[in-house]
This record gives sequence, C-alpha cells and structure tokens, in this order.
Amino acid sequence: MIGGLFIYNHKGEVLISRVYRDDIGRNAVDAFRVNVIHARQQVRSPVTNIARTSFFHVKRSNIWLAAVTKQNVNAAMVFEFLYKMCDVMTAYFGKISEENIKNNFVLIYELLDEILDFGYPQNSETGALKTFITQTGIKSQSKEEQSQITSQVTGQIGWRREGIKYRRNELFLDVLESVNLLMSPQGQVLSAHVSGRVVMKSYLSGMPECKFGMNDKIVIDKQGKGGGNGCQSIAIDDCTFHQCVRLSKFDAERSISFIPPDGECELMRYRTTKDIILPFRVIPLVREVGRTKLEVKVVIKSNFKPSLLAQKIEVRIPTPLNTSGVQVICMKGKAKYKASENAIVWKIKRMAGMKESQISAEIELLPTNDKKKWARPPISMNFEVPFAPSGLKVRYLKVFEPKLNYSDHDVIKWVRYIGRSGIYETRC
Amino acid sequence: MTDSKYFTTTKKGEIFELKAELNSDKKEKKKEAVKKVIASMTVGKDVSALFPDVVNCMQTDNLELKKLVYLYLMNYAKSQPDMAIMAVNTFVKDCEDPNPLIRALAVRTMGCIRVDKITEYLCEPLRKCLKDEDPYVRKTAAVCVAKLHDINAQLVEDQGFLDTLKDLISDSNPMVVANAVAALSEIAESHPNSNLLDLNPQSINKLLTALNECTEWGQIFILDCLANYTPRDDRESQSICERVTPRLSHANSAVVLSAVKVLMKFMEMLPKDLDYYGTLLKKLAPPLVTLLSAEPELQYVALRNINLIVQKRPEILKHEMKVFFVKYNDPIYVKLEKLDIMIRLASQANIAQVLAELKEYATEVDVDFVRKAVRAIGRCAIKVEQSAERCVSTLLDLIQTKVNYVVQEAIVVIKDIFRKYPNKYESVIATLCENLDSLDEPEARAAMIWIVGEYAERIDNADELLESFLEGFHDESTQVQLQLLTAIVKLFLKKPTETQELVQQVLSLATQDSDNPDLRDRGYIYWRLLSTDPVAAKEVVLAEKPLISEETDLIEPTLLEELICHIGTLASVYHKPPSAFVEGSRGVMHKRLPARTGSGEGTECPDVGNAAGGSAPEAAPSIIPSQGDLLGDLLNLDLAPPTTTGPTPSTSGMQMGGMDLLGGGLESLLGGDIGGSPAMGAGFGAAPAVMPASLNAPVGGGLGDLFDLGGGVGMPMGAYIPPKTVWLPAMKAKGLEISGTFARRAGVIQMELVLTNKAMSVMTDFAIQFNRNSFGLAPAGPLQVLTPLGPNQTIEVSLPLSTVGPVMKMDPLNNLQVAVKNNIDVFYFSCQYPISMLFVEDGKMERQVFLATWKDIPNDNESQFQIQDCHLNSEAASNKLQGSNIFTIAKRTVEGQDMLYMSIKLSNGIWVLAELKVQAGNPNYTISLKCRAPEVSQCVFQCYEAVLKN
Repeated sequence: MIGGLFIYNHKGEVLISRVYRDDIGRNAVDAFRVNVIHARQQVRSPVTNIARTSFFHVKRSNIWLAAVTKQNVNAAMVFEFLYKMCDVMTAYFGKISEENIKNNFVLIYELLDEILDFGYPQNSETGALKTFITQTGIKSQSKEEQSQITSQVTGQIGWRREGIKYRRNELFLDVLESVNLLMSPQGQVLSAHVSGRVVMKSYLSGMPECKFGMNDKIVIDKQGKGGGNGCQSIAIDDCTFHQCVRLSKFDAERSISFIPPDGECELMRYRTTKDIILPFRVIPLVREVGRTKLEVKVVIKSNFKPSLLAQKIEVRIPTPLNTSGVQVICMKGKAKYKASENAIVWKIKRMAGMKESQISAEIELLPTNDKKKWARPPISMNFEVPFAPSGLKVRYLKVFEPKLNYSDHDVIKWVRYIGRSGIYETRC
Repeated sequence: MTDSKYFTTTKKGEIFELKAELNSDKKEKKKEAVKKVIASMTVGKDVSALFPDVVNCMQTDNLELKKLVYLYLMNYAKSQPDMAIMAVNTFVKDCEDPNPLIRALAVRTMGCIRVDKITEYLCEPLRKCLKDEDPYVRKTAAVCVAKLHDINAQLVEDQGFLDTLKDLISDSNPMVVANAVAALSEIAESHPNSNLLDLNPQSINKLLTALNECTEWGQIFILDCLANYTPRDDRESQSICERVTPRLSHANSAVVLSAVKVLMKFMEMLPKDLDYYGTLLKKLAPPLVTLLSAEPELQYVALRNINLIVQKRPEILKHEMKVFFVKYNDPIYVKLEKLDIMIRLASQANIAQVLAELKEYATEVDVDFVRKAVRAIGRCAIKVEQSAERCVSTLLDLIQTKVNYVVQEAIVVIKDIFRKYPNKYESVIATLCENLDSLDEPEARAAMIWIVGEYAERIDNADELLESFLEGFHDESTQVQLQLLTAIVKLFLKKPTETQELVQQVLSLATQDSDNPDLRDRGYIYWRLLSTDPVAAKEVVLAEKPLISEETDLIEPTLLEELICHIGTLASVYHKPPSAFVEGSRGVMHKRLPARTGSGEGTECPDVGNAAGGSAPEAAPSIIPSQGDLLGDLLNLDLAPPTTTGPTPSTSGMQMGGMDLLGGGLESLLGGDIGGSPAMGAGFGAAPAVMPASLNAPVGGGLGDLFDLGGGVGMPMGAYIPPKTVWLPAMKAKGLEISGTFARRAGVIQMELVLTNKAMSVMTDFAIQFNRNSFGLAPAGPLQVLTPLGPNQTIEVSLPLSTVGPVMKMDPLNNLQVAVKNNIDVFYFSCQYPISMLFVEDGKMERQVFLATWKDIPNDNESQFQIQDCHLNSEAASNKLQGSNIFTIAKRTVEGQDMLYMSIKLSNGIWVLAELKVQAGNPNYTISLKCRAPEVSQCVFQCYEAVLKN
C-alpha cells in the first residue's frame, strides 16, 4: 500500500510530508526531488522506480504530488487516490497552489490522517469529510451527531449526510458532449465519436432517491415503444457512473438509480459512435497555382435546426511554412492570417442552423528548394451548439423522498444540452 | 488563515523560544507553537528536542491540537522510546472516550507508534475497539491489526487478533468488511502458506455482497482479494464473473481494472464454447476503451495493462485499433505505449490505416517517439506480408528525409525485412549505401554492415565499403566489430580473389589486437575454418538463416500469466514480477492463472490443474531434453547414417584462397601468440576434425527409403492417405513396433499409429513428443493409450496434431523426428509426412488474385515436373485433387490440351499455385508449380503424384 505522500513546490521544496509505513525512509523525500523534479531530461513516465522504491506523481499547476511505496500496490488505485486528494483539497481551499497549501498545512495533515490509514484509502467524499474535519476545530457535538457522522463515513451512502434541508428543492442537469471527427477531403467520415458527461447539481432536502432516464436504445427497445413519440433512441457504446449509482441494478435492469451527493457531481460519462449529428461540415478546396501560390476556399455548412444558434465558431486553416503573404475574403465573421501559428484563423460569433458560409484565401509562397512536400495538416474547427450531437435526450429524472413531505412535482428541474467540438478535423 | 508564516521562522534560538511557547498557559499560544513545530518537522528540521514539551500538550479537548501532537508523536516516538511511554496513558484513556471519532483516532495513532513498550499497551484497547459498537471504530481497528502485525507478528497471533479479524469479514458494515479484507490480504501475503484468507464459496458470497455497498476503495480491496481465489469449477467461476461485471461501469478506473483482473483470471476456467464466454469477451472491450479517456497518468497504467491483455487475449480488442491512434497532445509516455499496442493489433484488415498513421508519427518532434514509429513500420512489414512492399517504400521515403536518426532506425528495420523476405527487396540496397557515412550509432552501423556482407555479390564496391569501416576497427563497439568480422568473411567466401588481403587484415585485427574474448574466439573459428576446409566454411558462414519470427518482444508466457494475475498493480506497469522490485517476503509467491476444468472434476490445488491430465502428464515435457540429444540418439540408432563430408570440388580460386591463408596466416598465428600455450595448440589441432561431421549431420539425414510413397492401396474418395509403413521396427525399440501414416480428416491432421508389442512384458505409460519441424506440427493432445499393451497385442491410436508448435526447417522439408516413450525406455524415429496433410480447406484462391499472384511471383521460383503414366482425364484428376484440398480454379483448353489452374494453401499460410497440362491420350502430365517459398515445390509435386496415381 501507499507508504508515504509528499507535496513539493516547483523548486522541489517539501510542503507536506506524511509517511505511513516503516519501510519508507527519510531519504525518499530527497530521492524523488533529485531524480524527478530536478532531473535533467523531461520525465518519461508518471511512475518512477528509484532504488526499489516506486514513486507515483501527478502535477497540478506547479505543485507536485508524489505517492511512494515499496510494495506491489494497485497502481490505478494510487493515481485515482492522488486525483481524489486534489479534489478534496480544491473543495476545501480552492486552487492548489503553494500559497494555499502552506496556509492550510494543518488541515491537509488532518485530511491525510483521515483519508489514508496505513496507506489504505478510506472514505474521501468531501460531503462526508466536511462534517467532521473543519477548519475551525471541532465544535462539541452531541452524541447523536457523533454517531451520525460515523455512520455516514462508514455507511453505504458515504457521499451524503443526513438532515440536509432546502427551502426550494431544485436540480440542474447539464448534458455536456464533445464531438470528435476526422473527415476525408471528399467528405467521407473516417472516424467520429462523442464523449459525453451528465453533470448534476442538486439542492434537495433529505435523502432523495433519484431515478434517471434517457433515450438509451436498449431501454427503449425493451419497452417496445421505440421512436413512438418521436423520441429517437441512441446506442451507447459504454458508460461509467459516479459511485452513488447502483451498478448491479444498472447491469440487471439498465435503470440508473441513486441517492446523489449534495451539490455538484458527475453522474455519468458515456461514449457513442453511431448516428452522430455532425453540427458542421467543412468543404475544403486547395489549388496550387504554380510553385509560389496557393488558392484556398473553405465552405462551412451548419447542419441542425434553423432555430438553433451555434456559437464561438472558429475555423483554423493551416498554411505552409514558406508562406509570405495571405489575402483573405470571407462573407461572415473575421479572418486573420497568424504567421506564428502557421494558420488562417476564421472566427464567427454566431451561426444559425442550415446555413453556409465561405472563406477564400490566396496564399503567396516563397520559392524554396526544399524537396519535401508540404504535409497539408487537417483543417480544424471549434464551436459550441445548444444540443447533444449524440442525440441523447433526458427523458426523466424522478425524485422520491419518502420521509419528507415533498414530491417529485415540487422539485424544480432544469436540463441543458451543450455540444462542443473535441478534435474536429477535415483533411484537405 | 495565514499558516504559511510558520514556514518562515528561521531565526536562531528558535527551539528555545518554541519551548517557552509550548509551556505557555494560553491555549491559543500553545496551539500556535505546536503548528510551528510541525512546520519545522515538515521542512526537515530536527525538532525532537521538544519531545516532552509537545507530549505535554496532548491532554486537551481541542481535537485539532490533539491531532497535531499525534502527528509529532508518530514521527519522533521511535527516536525517543522512553519518553514516548509518557503518552500511553492518554492513548488508553482516549480509547475509552465516549466520542467514537476520538476512540478511533487513538487506536489509529497508537498503531503507528513503533515502540515495543507502547505496543504492549495497545493490545487491550485494540481488542475492545475491534468489537466496538461504532463501525467507524471497528474499521479503524481492523487496519490497526495489520499495523500491529507489521511491528510484531507473533504478538498478533498470540493475542488471537487474526480470528477476530476474520470474524469482521461477516460484519454488517461494508466498510468494516473492506478494511478487514485489506488487512487480512496484507497479513496473508507475508505468510504465503497460511490459510489465513480462508476463501470458500460462503465467504466469497459475503465479499460479493459487500462489494455492492462499500466505497470505491473498499471495492478495490475486495476485488483484489477475490482475484486470489480459485473457483472450484466453471459454474462457480461463471457466477462470480456475473456478479463482478457490473463493476466495469464504475467511474473509478482502479475498480474497473481490478474487475478486469478478476474476469481475465476466472475466464481461464470457462469452457470456450460456452455462450457466456463470448458474452464476457464482448463486455470487456468497451470499459478498456473508456479507460483511455481518463487522465494521462491513469491512461498510462491502463495502456501498460492493455498491452498485457492484448497479448493474452488478442480477440478482445482486435476491432478497436482506432482508439489507440496517437493524439497530438498526448504526453510522451502515453504516445509510446499506444504505439506498442498499435503494432500488436496490426493485421491485414487494418494495416493501411496503421501505416498511414505511422507515417504521420515519423515526422513528429520527439526523437524517441519518431524512432519507435519507424521501427513500428518495419515490424508491420514483418507481421503482415501483404503490406511489406508498402512498408519498404514508406521507409525509403523516410530515408530520403535525411534526418539522421530516422535514417539509422530505418536501416535497422530494413535489415530485419531482408531477413524475413529474402530476395525480394534487395533493389533498395543502393539507396541504403548512399547513407553509409551518416550512420553513427552502433546498431545502425552493424545493420548496414550485415546488409553489405550478406549481399556482397550484388554490391560492386562491397570491399571498399567494408574496408572503410575497418579503419577505425578498434573504436567501434563490439556489436559492430563482430558484424564487420562476419561480413568480411562472407565477402571473402563470395569473392575470394579480390578480398584476401582484407580478410587477413580483419582476422588479425580480431585475434591479435583485441581484448574482447568473444571477438577473438569468433576470429579464430573463422580463421581455422577457412584454412582447413573452405567448403565447410562456406556451408557454415553462408548457411541459410532461419526465418525471423513475426512477433517481437512478446512477454514470455509464464511471466505473462503471472502478470495477468497482477493487473492494475505496479507489476503490470513495470511488466516485471513483484519479486523483481519488492523486498522481503512479500511478493515472492508467484501467482498463476487457474486451469480450465470441467464442472465434474474439481481441482483442490491450482498446481495440479496445470498438468495436462490423461495418461502420462509428467513425462510429456521431458522426453526430448534438447535438440542436440535427440540428434545424437538418432545417429546411434543408425536411422540416419552420418554422411561424411564429401567436399565437392569447387572453383580452384576458392581452394587456393583457403590454402594461402593456411600457409600465411595460421602458421604465424600458431608460431606467434598461441604457440606458447600447448593446450590451445592441441585444441586447434583437434577442432577441424570434429566440426565438419557434426555440422553436416543435420543436413545429410536422408530418410526417404523408410517412406514408400509409391506402393500400397489408396483411398478412393476424400483426401489421399498414404498406406501405413513401419516407422520403428521392433528390434530397435525393445519389442515395440510402430507403424503408421498421416491423414487429414475434417480439417484435422491426424497421425494414425499402430503400436504392436512384440516383447514378452506389458507396456504402459505411453507418451509422444515431436522435435521442432518445418511446419510446427505438434501433438494436440496426449497419446491416448489408456490400457496397458500386453504381449503380442496391437492397438491403433489416432493422434490429432496441431500446427502451432515450434518451427525449425528440416531437410527434407517434410521430415518429422518423433520420440515415443513407454515404461521401458524412450525411442526415437523419424518419418516423413505427405505435405498434402497441410493443405487447408480454404485454399481456393479468387481468380483475380490467382492471376495477380502468378504474375507477381518471379519466374525463378517456378519449377516444372513430369507425372508419368497417369490415365485420368482432366475432370477426374481435378476431382481427385480436390479431395486433398488442391482446388482447381480455372480450366482452359488450348489445342486439345487441357490447362488446369490450381491453388493450394498450406497451414502456415504459404500459397502454392499450379498449372497442370493434360493432353488427351497422353499419360504424361506436365505440372508447373509457383510459390514464394520454392522449397516446398518438390514436396508438393510428390503429393500430386501420390494423389493422382492412387
């Protein structure tokens, strides 16, 4: 298991050092500094073995977090723990910086004592931790409060405390997707996938039992009314869930039920590759006029409902290294040649669906004796659209709280879809 | 909230000041002082002098202060054991505190203080805490048992804590269960033989129930523990798998990987034809792909594990090539790992895409990555034959870039391509030679020298090229020196007249001026060989090289099995067994995958399960200890009389070259350096006499007479089966007579044996083993002779064969050396199988492909044979051949002559194309065979003859 945990600043000075196991000597702190932080070459692996001692590290801005061990530990677990540690620290005092860590070192030691015991990760849900690790020192608690804390920390629902009350029960669901595309110059899709997240922000009283439904093909087909009410179902390649979701229930019935943590959490992540709505098509036309001139014409077409508006559109057209000058004409938005980035960057603030726009450019080239042909990197695109390119739709999110007197209808629910470009490229 | 100020006080007399503050009456001041002490401790200052003062602050209701003092104690107690005793009272008192958080804190901290005297006091409180009413205290106490065990294992056993810990596995609280499992697993690891983690179906069931309820970390502990269990049968295995699969959707990657570990391990026990087996395979792919969207460090861990999984079960991810394409922003360690997996997944189906990607990567910035990408292109060429041509042209393009390290890397891989496909791509040598001067890395230099030596006859100025390397011979690395030595000797054997001086020079450089024993030895061997018997030298040095294997750097199977049992852990990241990087007793135990079992027979112990089962499990691997031994025995049996070297007279120039060398070089050699040592001299005298005989023996083993292809009865329908012949006469095998033949039935190659006991005693314990052979034939199961073979009894056995055994080229090609063992002795014999056994059922080529392939194979590879005295018409011949998987693709009639075009595919993927000319009324057929591996033509022709005439 984890033998010790160190936090360093960018210079390699130790800010936090907590040793859990006897096999980790005091020199381990220095070994990591000398061999990794101060190493001459760039580090080639996040796991380093120095004199039979293994170091796992992650970096947040210029802070290094290193876990150290001499045993055959579960490596995936150590990294997951380090990420979790970062999350917990962020939840307590904001950005992870040298200043913040020095200011909160007592708190960090207290946290490290609680969430790692003899190198075994323990409950590390901020919701639970905040009930008994406070920056103000523990108030004298009643006996009931104490047992409530311990049962929460060790209980089945370690991520939520009892007795939460809101005047207004409200929840927000964000479906955030990034759509990735690689298209050939002829408009053939070489690869496309959507990776999405459902983020839930909930302000609900008590211990609400929630059930989340979406237009998952497997569920809809099972119910035998696929597409009956105009709701297209989608095939999900794979999905993972926050630990609050009952996985065995999902495996058996494919229903997503859970008691959410209070506040924000990432309920699920998913991946789809079939029937993706590609919000934009890029049609490139590159013509070489002699050896010193290139003519480029790029048309973009928006492919969604005319009533919707795409935002923050940016098209990046790469130019050869020996470009000497560029003239650009575009119908919409602004376009500029950026010599330092070797690209023409064309920005459009907003664009409605089923429209098209075009840019044409003349690129003057310096004559070179370089025989190597220009590799023609792909044209890439950025945008944001107010729908889910995978076609995912939230069908319902039902809330039951048997002990308190509010019902599903009293909860105010908000759903929002945002589709963003991931790596969205068209070869030219 | 400006605790950072504590880090900055560095003035002198600090300790003294702190001491005063610690003893202050004001609570706030005390707390501030302790904080300062902890800050100093963190940055590495020695504040142990304050021990008594800090411990004095322990008695407080302020939990924050208490925790700080505990932290201090954990750090310094070991250096001040006597004073640490002062703290015991407070600990014991705290363990009785009404607040469960304080009870837990006390027991947790006490376990971290490694002082014997304190440990003694810990036992009573710990016993109470293990049975505390509050689960938070119990889960802390469970871990504390592991801590105590680390300090004093005997004490833990004497106090009976292990039993209490075992009871906690049935606790009602899932987190207590998880921690108890973690603690027990750790303790069990240092007692490999104890039955501490007594896993049985009942306890497994409890664990699986807790799995659904505990925290993400607890799930990892439980899954890692489950992975150590060996289910009794495939049904239990399946039911555990079914309950573990939901974990594949967990957001925590470590939970997913640990679940994958359990599934990969238990899957081993499921029968492959089970529906569930296929379902499970399909379920594994998506979560593995999803791991690649995690943070880069986790991606790295996942990729290292996927690398193992792909080697173990390539079918899981074979369609997922695209997800391993490198992204521009991936960290370098992710890029390199992805590249590795891409090569492993490359196949004919996706090779075009892979090559396009690799070409992109070869223009990136990172030198290591570019090198690996170039190397990957070479590996693709070797792995997927169809792509070899494109790979070579891609490599040539890259050489044209003149980027130094790209060129060097390309040359190294082109050498391997030459090895794999001899006589195909030598046209590129000229381009390679242009880049000779830019090579500065030993590996690239050695590769280039190898190429020059190997193809010396095609390179006009080979001698000049090699001579240029010779100038700085002593500055070269050993690798280059050895290669240079061999290359020049090759050159000499190919062009003896012009290169005598050169070879003299290199031999004397290697033998006289070098300190390296390897180099000297090789030099002497060549010298001796050249001077005694140039013909033998030619056969040795210019011998045909075995083909190189398709897959490189595969992990050795037993290690791979062990690593699969360690999925998710450091071992799987390092690709090393835990014993390689863990000290002490932990990790010494090697884990193994369970064996596949039927639901009927239970395996109590996994070790037994690994043996093959059946008649004589323990005998199988030891029959043929090594190839050399077998060879020796074969010679003794007189089956293959060692043909003494009949040095065929070769060109006189050749001979003369050798003689000259003997006259000049060897004499000076013996007279000079070696002459002083009589032992060495004697060794030299003896050597040449032995060498040619042993070297020629494997080549000369002609056993054709034993195998009578012509006579006997044939099968009227289906595949041709040659008649049985006696392979091992009774007089040579202490009464055991073996005769047999080979057959192909429903796509399975079978060796049909007739064993006759002509001795007086009963024979039992039969087992069979093959030596390495040209097509990798190996028994697919044990020899099924279940009943003892009595005197004068005969038994017929049919042994199914597989073609996945180790490969070594034999002469003749279809020669098979066999060892049969019984209770009396081990016997060796060799036989020849008709190559038609290896003709596979899907050997029918598309017409278009046939045409293209026919044209593509150079005419040098075509061989023509006559089949005489065959009275079938073309129709009947075609039908008959079809029975043996020789497929007629097209027929053409030209001037009364029927031309039949046929294709054959061998089990190792070699295609043979044939054109059979049949003229009405003429009993003599003409057959032309074309194949990329022309060696097989002769054997194929023999099959034609045998099939058509029977």
